[in-house]
Amino acid sequence: MKLQGYLPILVVTALLAVVPFLSNSNTLYNFMVTSLIIALAAQGWNILGGVAGQTSFGHALFFGVGCYTAAMLQFHFGINAWLAFLMALAAGAGAGFIVGFLSFRAGLRGSYFALITLAFAELMRILANASEWTGGAAGLLLKLDPGFANMQFASRASFMWLALAFVFVGLLISRAIAGSRFGAHLVAVRENEDAARALGVDVLTVKLKAISLSGAMTAAAGVLYVQNFLYIDANIGFGAWISIEALLAPLVGGRGLVLGPLIGTFTLHGLGELTKTFAGRVPGIDLMVFAVVLICVVAFASDGMLGLLRRFAPRLAKRIAL
Amino acid sequence: MLEIADITMRFGGLVAVDRASLHVEKGSITGLIGPNGAGKTTLFGVIAGFLKPTQGRVIWQSQDITDLKPHQRAELGIARTFQIVQPFQGLNVLENITVGAYLRHHRAQDAIEKARAVAIRVGLEKDIDLPASSLTVAGRKRLELARALATEPKLLLLDEVLAGLNPSEIRDIIPVIRAIRDDGVTILMIEHVMQAVMNLCEQVYVLAQGQMIAHGTPASVCNDPAVIEAYLGKGAAARMAQTGGAHA
Repeated sequence: MKLQGYLPILVVTALLAVVPFLSNSNTLYNFMVTSLIIALAAQGWNILGGVAGQTSFGHALFFGVGCYTAAMLQFHFGINAWLAFLMALAAGAGAGFIVGFLSFRAGLRGSYFALITLAFAELMRILANASEWTGGAAGLLLKLDPGFANMQFASRASFMWLALAFVFVGLLISRAIAGSRFGAHLVAVRENEDAARALGVDVLTVKLKAISLSGAMTAAAGVLYVQNFLYIDANIGFGAWISIEALLAPLVGGRGLVLGPLIGTFTLHGLGELTKTFAGRVPGIDLMVFAVVLICVVAFASDGMLGLLRRFAPRLAKRIAL
Repeated sequence: MLEIADITMRFGGLVAVDRASLHVEKGSITGLIGPNGAGKTTLFGVIAGFLKPTQGRVIWQSQDITDLKPHQRAELGIARTFQIVQPFQGLNVLENITVGAYLRHHRAQDAIEKARAVAIRVGLEKDIDLPASSLTVAGRKRLELARALATEPKLLLLDEVLAGLNPSEIRDIIPVIRAIRDDGVTILMIEHVMQAVMNLCEQVYVLAQGQMIAHGTPASVCNDPAVIEAYLGKGAAARMAQTGGAHA
């Protein structure tokens, strides 16, 4: 029963891993890499916003912290990319802890918490845009130097596999949490804080753990972005686009569920790409598709795609232990 | 086992509890009764740590716990149920109880096992896979009880677990409560259903307008003129004595 929960993760990862063998098209690689990066950021969001129910509208903060920590450490100090990656994880967790400490200790919940996270992300965007250290509005450009040691790859497939490996680890962590005491506490906090307290749950500590873990995971996505594009500026790192992507994907895929963010990302971006193919390059057409999908999900499938699966194929859903 | 001394709880200008004291004997079932709005649930909030009293101390096994948070008190062995039931709506019955069981059992398997045992004990074994939101009122009350029990408390605070149940459901649940006590859990219960209070409690405290006006055995408290007046109005005790009927 325990291993059964991990089976869908293995299957999905294996399916994604063979994609490079199907086609060598650049568009496909770009689509895959971008989607995987967003999926990882969304997995981070899902731990805090989905499982623990603390809706964040500013996960760009953690994404940006990940981007800039990795980029600045390499750019200014020539620190090894992998070491910079580890430090970016710590920075993401630290940023999460600080925001969580300030807002959860003050008892902020719901839309107030969402607004505070948005404010922090915007604050960092403005700072990153103004400071010389971060390269200001021009951003930071990293040196192209392919090699495993630099976390850069000459082959696009290799980088896709790296991103997939990150997503895989993220899925494993999410899955392990779902079946644990910590996971039960997160859900209890989401469903009813007072009842959780009465049952001995230290609500503040649980929330702080959740936001730190969430921050680290989303920061990892930021590092992947930097290593892939070798460029970062304030609007990419701390811009609202990634906050929205990180929250939209779990909502569409299935909020609070392990595979929700990944399925949501591929659904959204898959549909976006399809529309682009059919409707030609009308600017913003994919965003219109996102909007329609979001409205449909909110109106007809509040538990997302996986919720639909559970409703229409309950036996299958049970078998893959959703 | 539990001692509350001179508790005052003030909300702005309103004094909800006024210098109330109470003592719960280890292994007993103690009742807390009183008219609506007397401050009973507020007092429970103070005991469980949800409210910080304006004045007074809460002493648990000769340790002052007035400044401890609810989760720390749960850790020490004080569990409460809520008068307005607070199930985790999105979870099923077993998952609800398991959250409580995780307090003393850190491994998932142990916690789930414990939760199953508790579900059987309160008579929820048939509903284990149902979503909490689909339970009847009686089922939700049992769920409240089960979750609190799953934390393996030494003291169980029951806030009107019988309210809203019909007579046959009350008859069903009274033995469950007694069995919990017989297993060594001390119980302090707020209750309006006098049949249950008379049946279960050894000691009863009466709270009216925030003040403790009487305490003693259920029978003696029911005949106390101050208690009768608190429920039925000034002069009621004298009138009842005249007509010879002293059953409140």
